[in-house]
Amino acid sequence: MNDQTKPGKKYKAGVTDYRDNYWEPDYVPKDSDILACFKVTPQPGLPREEVAAAVAAESSTGTWTTVWTDLLTDLDYYKGRAYAIEDVPGDDESYYAFIAYPMGLFEEGSVVNVFTSLVGNVFGFKALRALRLEDVRFPLWFVTGCAGPPHGIQVERDKLNKYGRPLLGCTIKPKLGLSAKNYGRACYEGLRGGLDFTKDDENINSQPFMRWRDRFQFVQEAIEKAQAETGEVKGHYMNVTAPDVEEMFKRAEFAKELGTPIIMSDYLTIGWAAQNSLSKWCRDNGILLHVHRAMHGVIDRHPKHGINFRVLAKMLRLLGGDHLHSGTVVGKLEGDRAATLGWVDLMREKFIKEDRSRGIFFDQDWGQMPGVMPVASGGIHVWHMPALVNIFGDDACLQFGGGTLGHPWGNAAGAAANRVALEACVKARNEGRELEKEGKDILTAAAKHSPELKIAMETWKEIKFEFDTVDKLDVTHK
Amino acid sequence: MSDVQDYNSRLSDPNSRKMETFSYLPQLTDAELRKQVEYIIANGWNPGIEHTEPEHSMANYWYMWKLPMFGETDVDVIFTEIELCKKANPKNHVRLIGYDNFKQSQGTAMVVHRAEFSV
Repeated sequence: MNDQTKPGKKYKAGVTDYRDNYWEPDYVPKDSDILACFKVTPQPGLPREEVAAAVAAESSTGTWTTVWTDLLTDLDYYKGRAYAIEDVPGDDESYYAFIAYPMGLFEEGSVVNVFTSLVGNVFGFKALRALRLEDVRFPLWFVTGCAGPPHGIQVERDKLNKYGRPLLGCTIKPKLGLSAKNYGRACYEGLRGGLDFTKDDENINSQPFMRWRDRFQFVQEAIEKAQAETGEVKGHYMNVTAPDVEEMFKRAEFAKELGTPIIMSDYLTIGWAAQNSLSKWCRDNGILLHVHRAMHGVIDRHPKHGINFRVLAKMLRLLGGDHLHSGTVVGKLEGDRAATLGWVDLMREKFIKEDRSRGIFFDQDWGQMPGVMPVASGGIHVWHMPALVNIFGDDACLQFGGGTLGHPWGNAAGAAANRVALEACVKARNEGRELEKEGKDILTAAAKHSPELKIAMETWKEIKFEFDTVDKLDVTHK
Repeated sequence: MSDVQDYNSRLSDPNSRKMETFSYLPQLTDAELRKQVEYIIANGWNPGIEHTEPEHSMANYWYMWKLPMFGETDVDVIFTEIELCKKANPKNHVRLIGYDNFKQSQGTAMVVHRAEFSV
């Protein structure tokens, strides 16, 4: 064994095998280690241990050659170690490499720092054809050093006075091109019809057709009138995503001046440091933070390369956000059911056990950190309601865009149809009925006293999105 | 346009005021309400009753009717308290809450009696 750190070790320049220093199959991970599971697809012919060790080295202390300064530090402490290799079920060319990183490698409370290591240079490493970060176990010391969600699910419910049911939202369409006043109209109609929230789409920022200040002002009037009319608390995710951080906070401050309850950001495109700052600001100012995930498909969709969404979801919980888009399972966008249930738990539960059938590779303890509310959005309509209530339970926000605005009688009727369907499903579930089996009966009965729901059910009956999922869980053995 | 139906909600119409969970459904019958009470009990939540004058229904704090019924698992006892609260406060809305002490929040809340009022 060529161990650089043994007593009496003399400096010897040159290239050693990675596995000599970074492969330790006997290592027992410590509670304080950050653990990572990578799916490795190597160039042909390389030994597994060498590649796993290379990933450990390149994502922690190592470089391609020995350097004399290695001997000035306790490399044995600071290095990441590959400690296990497992087959990927149903896949002959890839395997999982498990790597443990010691706590001293990372800055406390810095998600940015952790991921600069874990998904840094190693992802361009030539010996790999592809590399995917499947899961990360964050130890409690790291979790408690992060601010986490500004409010969390329970505080949000208390602020909104909404209990015992999922929240109901709608993304305003068309995504782009409406004037601020017409846009406010679309929000008002949805809110008065029974929505809890309307939402700026992710790419609504401050374009020439609708500058942000005008939008915020008209939408706030919509919120206030709908509240007075319905007697319920309403909100609109005012998107403060902006070209620079100073501008983002300027928009957030104005939203606060208006007295609006919730704002919105896009954490991958604004950057993680900006997200962390905005989340802290939201806690300081008592404003809920809805988080969109534009660009996630670039990072998480390929089954062999990138970062699995469960890691991006954990990252957002640490950075801070009160809502995060999670996929719907049933709508127009990608999402394996078991995998989605896995990361939905990672967003909102206190302790999540390792469960390979849901793609969860490690136990994850969140301590007392509040949960993030998953948001199901994308190509869903009233017929999906029974499945959505069953899959997500109460602590989720169900968001129907086209499924509200596309109602033949307009947004208010579309909103009412969804609200009636939602409440009918919650009532039936509480009565012990099986939603996915009896969904049609439940909705049909509810439609007898809601003409809005009846028409919605006739309008969308035939629309389905039945393509196979690209990013499936690796659970099928050949 | 003759097929399009107007959405009849008005600031000036008291019927437009909603009351959160189940307020978009017809008022629950006693038999339906029993099942919701059973659901609260089955979840291990503590039932509580509150009431308010309709004009103050948007306030977070309604009047508590006595104390939450900690550990109460008898549906009839809970029904009796709802009736007593209604009789004592005939002009008020009455709601039933299931307190979830583990989540430190309300597991559910629903208006079980909607008073007549004008705006």
